[in-house]
Amino acid sequence: MSQTPTRKEPENRLMGRSAEFWAGARDIFPLIVGAAPFGIIFGTLAIGSGLSASATLFMSALVFAGSSQFIAVGMVATHTGWLVIVLTTFVVNLRHLLYAVSLVPYIQALPQRWKVPLAFFLTDEAFAIAIRRYEASDCTPFKHWYYLGGAIAMYLNWQVFTLLGITAGALIPNAAEWGLDFAMSVTFIGMVIPYLKSRPMVVAVVTAGLVSIVANPLPHKLGLIVAAIAGIIAGVYTEPPLPNQRISQQRSVFHHD
Amino acid sequence: MTNPFAEVLTEILIVGGMAIATFTIRYLMFGASSRITLPPRLLSALRYLPPVVLTAIVVPEVLLSDGTLQLSYLNARLVGAITAVIVCKLSQNLLLTILVGMAAFLGWQGLLTVVN
Repeated sequence: MSQTPTRKEPENRLMGRSAEFWAGARDIFPLIVGAAPFGIIFGTLAIGSGLSASATLFMSALVFAGSSQFIAVGMVATHTGWLVIVLTTFVVNLRHLLYAVSLVPYIQALPQRWKVPLAFFLTDEAFAIAIRRYEASDCTPFKHWYYLGGAIAMYLNWQVFTLLGITAGALIPNAAEWGLDFAMSVTFIGMVIPYLKSRPMVVAVVTAGLVSIVANPLPHKLGLIVAAIAGIIAGVYTEPPLPNQRISQQRSVFHHD
Repeated sequence: MTNPFAEVLTEILIVGGMAIATFTIRYLMFGASSRITLPPRLLSALRYLPPVVLTAIVVPEVLLSDGTLQLSYLNARLVGAITAVIVCKLSQNLLLTILVGMAAFLGWQGLLTVVN
């Protein structure tokens, strides 16, 4: 990922708008690689499900939410009613609400013309790189340009992969059965590991993993939300009683008030 | 459905409805953000969100197949995932993690197919 270059040169790295934009586009590249097979398989499956090529392209262009697109295509194949598909999409994408809540303190001062596109482009991947940039210690006022750069790069590539899946996907027999979607899993693993630097974070992640298995039978991927909340609670609960979160990353400092 | 008009309409309802549902979820908090102040404790708790959500997505993908736990070397996804964890720990390089993890998964899957 970003290899956290900000950690080495914190205060004096004041990048301009375009530098932030391109840094975001560059840092999201590995995540684009991980999403590529997912997009291609989506295009292939969508056509196989009976969805028209134009509806498939419009879905990627207007919805832009991989996992819900996959689920929707599966439901189209079984002739599920449109309203059920839309409601399922709503529930499956609820995690984006949690992402948005985390970003609120960083984007609240931005004008509407920024909030609308940044919300539209809010994917797992864009969130992952944006939140890292926002949490970095340097205080440049242009971090939303970094978010936008990464988000647009992700968006354009998602469209290309969908188109590839629609066209070239038909030429590869059983593309979906090779398990290439596993690229998404390894990408996410590579995004989680760098977080595991404190005890509460490890507890949070392990808890989320265990609960995700137990809660998996819940409908509409609701197990995901349950597991995430359980993980957060476990992490908060494990925190030391006097948390100096900013400082304790480097060294532990105890204040006795 | 044989009526082409009805088919197009259904597709418009599906794609349009999904687009509105997804954008609503993503925009709700952003739109209200200038009017709300989140409690510091909630914001501090949300630091756990990114790794926790990603874990909750990955773990069932890797360990479950048709709802049952697959904890053996016959599970190529598990082999790929363990490889990815090790490569990520050692290299701290995301792209390398993805490539080697995928290679391990595909290689192991191929090996299992050959053996059987």
